[in-house]
Amino acid sequence: MAEPATATQAAAPAVALLKDELDIVIPTIRNLDFLEMWRPFFQPYHLIIVQDGDPSKTIKVPEGFDYELYNRNDINRILGPKASCISFKDSACRCFGYMVSKKKYIFTIDDDCFVAKDPSGKAINALEQHIKNLLSPSTPFFFNTLYDPFREGADFVRGYPFSLREGVPTAASHGLWLNIPDYDAPTQLVKPLEKNTRYVDAVLTIPKGTLFPMCGMNLAFNRELIGPAMYFGLMGDGQPIGRYDDMWAGWCTKVICDHLGLGVKTGLPYIFHSKASNPFVNLRKEYKGIYWQEEIIPFFQQAVLPKDCTTVPKCYIELAKQVKEKLSKVDPYFDKLADAMVTWIEAWDELNPIGPVPNGKAA
Amino acid sequence: MRTPPCLLSLTLDSAVHNLSNITDLSPFPDHILIELFLRTLRAGKLTERVLKLFIATGKDEVFSLIQALNIQVTVTPVLPTSKLMSLSIKDDEIDIVIGALRPDLTSFMNEWRTIFSRFHLIIVKDPDLKEELKIPEGFNLDVYKKPDIDRVVGTSTSTIFSGYSCRYFGYLVSRKKYIISVDDDCYPAKDNKGILVDAVAQHITNLTTPATPFFFNTLYDPFTEGADFVRGYPFSLRSGVQCALSCGLWLNLADYDAPTQALKPEERNSRYVDAVLTVPARTLMPISGINIAFNREVIGPALLPSLRLGGEGKFRWETMEDIWSGMCVKVVCDHLGLGVKTGMPYVWRNDRGDAIASLRKEWEGVKLMEEVVPFFQSVRLSREATTTEDCVAEVANVVKEQLESKDPMFARAAKAMVDWVKLWKSVGSSTSSPGA
Repeated sequence: MAEPATATQAAAPAVALLKDELDIVIPTIRNLDFLEMWRPFFQPYHLIIVQDGDPSKTIKVPEGFDYELYNRNDINRILGPKASCISFKDSACRCFGYMVSKKKYIFTIDDDCFVAKDPSGKAINALEQHIKNLLSPSTPFFFNTLYDPFREGADFVRGYPFSLREGVPTAASHGLWLNIPDYDAPTQLVKPLEKNTRYVDAVLTIPKGTLFPMCGMNLAFNRELIGPAMYFGLMGDGQPIGRYDDMWAGWCTKVICDHLGLGVKTGLPYIFHSKASNPFVNLRKEYKGIYWQEEIIPFFQQAVLPKDCTTVPKCYIELAKQVKEKLSKVDPYFDKLADAMVTWIEAWDELNPIGPVPNGKAA
Repeated sequence: MRTPPCLLSLTLDSAVHNLSNITDLSPFPDHILIELFLRTLRAGKLTERVLKLFIATGKDEVFSLIQALNIQVTVTPVLPTSKLMSLSIKDDEIDIVIGALRPDLTSFMNEWRTIFSRFHLIIVKDPDLKEELKIPEGFNLDVYKKPDIDRVVGTSTSTIFSGYSCRYFGYLVSRKKYIISVDDDCYPAKDNKGILVDAVAQHITNLTTPATPFFFNTLYDPFTEGADFVRGYPFSLRSGVQCALSCGLWLNLADYDAPTQALKPEERNSRYVDAVLTVPARTLMPISGINIAFNREVIGPALLPSLRLGGEGKFRWETMEDIWSGMCVKVVCDHLGLGVKTGMPYVWRNDRGDAIASLRKEWEGVKLMEEVVPFFQSVRLSREATTTEDCVAEVANVVKEQLESKDPMFARAAKAMVDWVKLWKSVGSSTSSPGA
C-alpha cells in the first residue's frame, strides 16, 4: 500500500448505488485536482463544494462533475446572522454543506485524500464501501468477535443472542487512512516518518457507551438519521482552537446515537492520505485542545440525555445546554460554542423545514 | 527539492549545538523557543538541566508541550538496558494447557511442535474419554487423567472437569504466570503472507502490552509496530491498563453456533484481519475458549467451569461453558480495571462434527443467552470486591439471586462458581507437585 491507485486503475462500478440519494461534501481552499482520480467513483454523484478562505478566488472544478459551490459570501448571504456558527479558515466549514444538502446520505472527504489500493492491488471504491456500511445494520449492544456479521463470509459467533442479531440502523460510517495516519501534533513530531501500511480488513460497530475520535477525512453518514448532530464546531479564524472540529462532532454524534439506539461503524474503507500537515502549525492549533480534551471526554462519557429527547435536534439542544453548564468553567470558549450549537440547530431547522422525525427509541 | 536552510534555521541549529553554554532562555520569543525545544528534543539533547532552562522561561506553550509529550523530570535513576531484559518474558513463565477430548494427539502436537516445544505443556484428558492418549515424544509436559484429577480434587468434584471443561483443571494446577490454551482440533494458521502464525508469541505480546479499554483507538492496537494513538485520543489514557486476557480468532471453521453453521454448511472463515484491539470497558462479548491466553496470576480464578448445558456434548456447538465463563471474566476485568484484547492470533480450526446433529442439543444454549446477556450487562460489583476471587464470589451471589428462579441450571452454575473459588484457594495456591 505504498502508493495510491492511478486514475486508470480505478474502474467505475456497474451500478452507482444511491446516486440520487447521496451528496459528496468537499471543503477546499486550494483546488480540486484530486477529483480527477476519483472520477470513476464520484462522477455519478452530486458534489457540494464548500470553499473556505478568500471568496474572490475561483476554485476550478474538473469538467463533467455535477456540483454546487458555496463560498463565504454565499454562506453569509444564506444564513445571515446565523452564519456565525460556521467556521472560517478551517475545514470545519464543511458542515455548511450538510445543512444545505437535500439528500438522505452524505459522504465527506478531504482534498488531499486519494484512491487507495487493497492488498491485492485493486483500487478501493471507498464510496461504495461506505454505502454498504450505511445500508447494513450495526450491532452496538454486544461485540461480535468476527467483526461485522453482515459482511460476506462472516456471521454472528456462538453466544451472540439471536434477539440482538437484527441490529440497529447505521447512522455513520467512519473510514480509515493508509499512508499518512491521522496523528496529533506531538505524535507527528515524535514520529515524522511513520506511515500506516497496515490494511485491516474489518468493519466493526463501535459499542454503545464507548467514545472514539471521529476523523472527518473519510466519513459518511445518514443525514436523515443523524445530520443535525454533525456540527463541526467553532474552529479556525478568531477561535482559540483548531483540529478538533471532527472530534467534537464525533463525540456529540456518538452520545446521541447511543441515546437513540443508532449505530456507528469504523474500519473499511481506506483512502490514501497524501499530505502530512505541518506539525508545528498543528501544535499551535491543537495545544489548547490537548488540555481541554481531558475535561471534554469525561463530560461526554458522563452525559445523560433525558428520555423525552426523542429526536436528534432535541438531543443536540440538550447537549448544548449541558456544555454551557459544565464546560464553560473550563474556558469561556465553551460558552460561545454552546451558543453556536444552538444557532446551528436553528439554521438547520430553517434550511430543512420539514419537522424532525423521531429517530429510534430513547435509551 | 530542498531550499537551502534560512538564517533562522541555521541559528537554531547552532543554538542546539551550544546548549551547554546557554544559561537563560527567557529572551527568546515564544515561537522560536518552541522551535528550539523541538529541535533539542529531536537531537536527543533534552537533559534535565536543559529541561529546567525551558521550564524557567514560564511560557505556556512550553508547558503544554512538556505535558503533551509526557516529559518527566526523573527522580529515580533509569536502569541500564541489560536490567530491562527482565521485562521480556521467559519461557518458563508460560504454561500451554490443552484439553484433550480426542485420544490421538499425534498430528496436533506435531503441527504445533515448532511453536510449543520451547514451553511446558499441561495436557488434561477429558475424564469421560476411555481410550488411551497418544502423545508424540519430544515435549516437556505433564499429563493429567481422571485418576490424577480425582486425587487432587476428590471424585465427587472431578465431574466438573468433564468435556471441554477439563482444561480448567490445567489452569488450576498450573503455577505459571501466563497460560495459553488451544482446542485440540486447531492447528497453526498462516497469515496473509503465507507465514506460519506463532500464536504463543502473539498472545504473549497481547498480554504484555497495555490494553486501552476506556476510549476506542480507530487504528486499533496503538502499541503495535507502525501504529499509534490517533488525534483526539486523550493523553491521560495513553498509558493504558494491564491486559489480563487475550482472545484469539479462527480461520476455516469459525466459532459459530449450530443453527448458523447448519444454515451455511459450506461457510468457512477465510478473512485474516490484521488487528488486535481492546474490547471497551462495559462492552460484553462472547469469549470463545478455543484460542485464549490469560495472566493466571491476575485473573486465574475467573476462568471457571460452571455453566453446563443439560445436553452438553463433545463439540463446541454443544457447549456454552466458555461463553458463560467469558462473561464473568469480562465483568470482573471491567470492575478491576483490567483489559481484554481480541483479534490476532488466528489458529486454523479443523472441520469436525455435524452442525445439524448438534442443533438439537445446543438449541438450549442459544436460548439461554437471551437471559444471560442482559443479566451480565446489569451486574455491578461492590467497591469491596478488590480481588478476583471476591469478584467471582459476588457474581455467583448475583447469579443465585437473580437467575436461579429462571432455570435450575443457573442455580447449579452459581454453586459451581462458589465451589470453584474455594477450590482455587485450596488447590490453586497450594504447592503440591503435579502427578505424572
